[in-house]
Amino acid sequence: MVFESLAEKLQNALGKLKGKGKLSEKDVKNAMREVKLALLEADVNYKVVKDFVKKVKERAVGHEVMDSLTPGQQVIKIVNDELCNLMGKTQSKIEFADSPPTIIMMCGLQGAGKTTTTGKLASLLKKKGKKPLLVACDIYRPAAIKQLEVVGGKVDVPVFSMGDKQNPVNIAKAAVEHGKKNGNDVIIIDTAGRLHIDEELMEELQDIKDEVKPNEILLVLDAMTGQDAVKVAESFENKLGINGVILTKLDGDARGGSALSIRAVTDKPIKFVGMGEKLDELEPFHPDRMASRILGMGDVLSLIEKA
Amino acid sequence: MKKGLEKTRKGITEKVDNVLKSYKKIDEELFEELEEILITADVGVNTTLKIIEDLKDKVRERKIEDPSEINNLLKEEITELLTDYETNNKLDLEPAPAILLVVGVNGVGKTTTIGKLAHRFKSEGKKVLVAAGDTFRAAAIEQLSEWCNRAGVDIIANKEGSDPAAVIFDAIQAAKARKADILICDTAGRLHNKKNLMNELNKIFRIVDREYSEATREVLLVLDATTGQNAIMQARTFKEACNITGLALTKLDGTAKGGVVLAVQSELKVPVKLVGVGEGIEDLQDFDPNNFVDALFSE
Ligand SMILES: Nc1nc2c(ncn2[C@@H]2O[C@H](COP(=O)(O)OP(=O)(O)OP(=O)(O)O)[C@@H](O)[C@H]2O)c(=O)[nH]1
Ligand SMILES: Nc1nc2c(ncn2[C@@H]2O[C@H](COP(=O)(O)OP(=O)(O)OP(=O)(O)O)[C@@H](O)[C@H]2O)c(=O)[nH]1
Ligand SMILES: [Mg+2]
Ligand SMILES: [Mg+2]
Repeated sequence: MVFESLAEKLQNALGKLKGKGKLSEKDVKNAMREVKLALLEADVNYKVVKDFVKKVKERAVGHEVMDSLTPGQQVIKIVNDELCNLMGKTQSKIEFADSPPTIIMMCGLQGAGKTTTTGKLASLLKKKGKKPLLVACDIYRPAAIKQLEVVGGKVDVPVFSMGDKQNPVNIAKAAVEHGKKNGNDVIIIDTAGRLHIDEELMEELQDIKDEVKPNEILLVLDAMTGQDAVKVAESFENKLGINGVILTKLDGDARGGSALSIRAVTDKPIKFVGMGEKLDELEPFHPDRMASRILGMGDVLSLIEKA
Repeated sequence: MKKGLEKTRKGITEKVDNVLKSYKKIDEELFEELEEILITADVGVNTTLKIIEDLKDKVRERKIEDPSEINNLLKEEITELLTDYETNNKLDLEPAPAILLVVGVNGVGKTTTIGKLAHRFKSEGKKVLVAAGDTFRAAAIEQLSEWCNRAGVDIIANKEGSDPAAVIFDAIQAAKARKADILICDTAGRLHNKKNLMNELNKIFRIVDREYSEATREVLLVLDATTGQNAIMQARTFKEACNITGLALTKLDGTAKGGVVLAVQSELKVPVKLVGVGEGIEDLQDFDPNNFVDALFSE
């Protein structure tokens, strides 16, 4: 990867000045250009990058760096701090309802990983002693219901479906009744993939929401998403309201800068990350790891320790 | 059918026009704003910088002073990038028999694109056979079967969990026996950084080499238009592993511009051949560089 050594580059750009012990505004500006390019290559949204760089620059031209003996490391530390700040704290929790069942609705673009993640989440909650029920509300994609049934079977969790001739709102409603009757304390609704600009289908989600009042609406987002991630997250947040994000396919080598962007723009936590196709590959989200991943600075922490 | 693209195409190069209108003369700031437009379309830093450099050269060489002239220049530049090598943006499936293998990372739209293609070829009067080479994902076979039903073509499939290379082997024998014009092979989604899964792909290709070397071969890599810079790594790795001959860019009916294919094309020289603009069976178009460039700049 081109920017594997961002930390090194910054080090080089700033480190030469160590002897002088002081950084000029121009030095910082040059270093910030490297940071900016690295973030853009990692798919962090352009506007978010601009704000971020501005903030870091302000801190970096202050005394804390200018007068430091190791200005290079100081700047890297600031970059890392600010990134972690933006990522938020760990919040990989599901808010359970005071009186069960807890209703969770999964939503997102086509192919993001909703159905798979529905199964993963069920498996995770089952291990914690819950009794989940999965609900097949995707009546559009060929064999979507069958897919959820197979997934449910693999994790040994029941799946509620009414075929593809019923309205998803009715299916969701019936599922909740069914779940209550059968003692399911968590109900996870799998919905069809949809574009955030598809008014009709976005309204369908709104209708499901109004009908069953989910405790958690989770946006499932592919970690490989580019600059558009912000638009997608904003649309789902504005039209529907989301409680959090699950980032999938992080077992790939995408930097996942979209994570930073949606966090910055919607202020919603990333709750879990998908780390593979298998149904036990769902993990809590670690903001600090994500920060290093985005910048491609695996060695950044050791550098900072020296600072 | 055009609907999808038109949504993103409304007001050709509107965004660029707006930028250009706000400038009296051509200066560094103007170029920076153009840079921004390209990057927000996922074109990527390297390719964007290259485009802007070339643009600056042209402005200098042709002594251009009026910002309004930049629009066409930029389009020219990008169109060149998409066509500056021996491109063939058409699927190459002649002479029959042909085999079309479809590969890509998870969830990009491989199976759906195959359904659309099967329908297209069938409508052209060709004898089409489809191989269910994804034996891994839950209900992948049922999904493909449903598409084959819709398209009215035959499918060769085995059980979930069976060896995908064996399915392809069977499908090739069937294609020969039934004298199919085109055999389309679905494969499981796989992330390019997973060595074992890429090796599995090699095995499939060895079967094709051995059993069907006489067939005209197309290998389509499917890319999701919403994908950012990772698409470059995807294209690079899949090209090394299985010599892709074309790209299909899906989900262009969203708001993403798919600008990353500029980077993919300039670095890897693999032509885009198809674009997906929806989930319906007709929502597949041939790639047109000019339309694409127009859409890239629209709001
Ligand atoms: N490598 C990897 N693949 C994943 C992950 N999550 C999901 N997938 C794969 O991504 C593809 C799409 O997953 P689905 O669960 O069908 O996605 P979806 O959002 O339900 O798709 P639609 O219902 O069509 O919108 C499948 O091939 C999954 O196996 C992950 O964390 N890592
Ligand atoms: N809006 C839109 N959705 C599409 C397009 N192409 C495919 N899809 C949707 O994207 C999702 C994934 O498509 P699939 O064809 O299952 O993708 P795949 O690459 O075969 O997925 P895996 O086999 O799981 O790796 C489905 O919900 C499709 O309906 C397109 O051009 N536009
Ligand atoms: Mg699904
Ligand atoms: Mg598939």
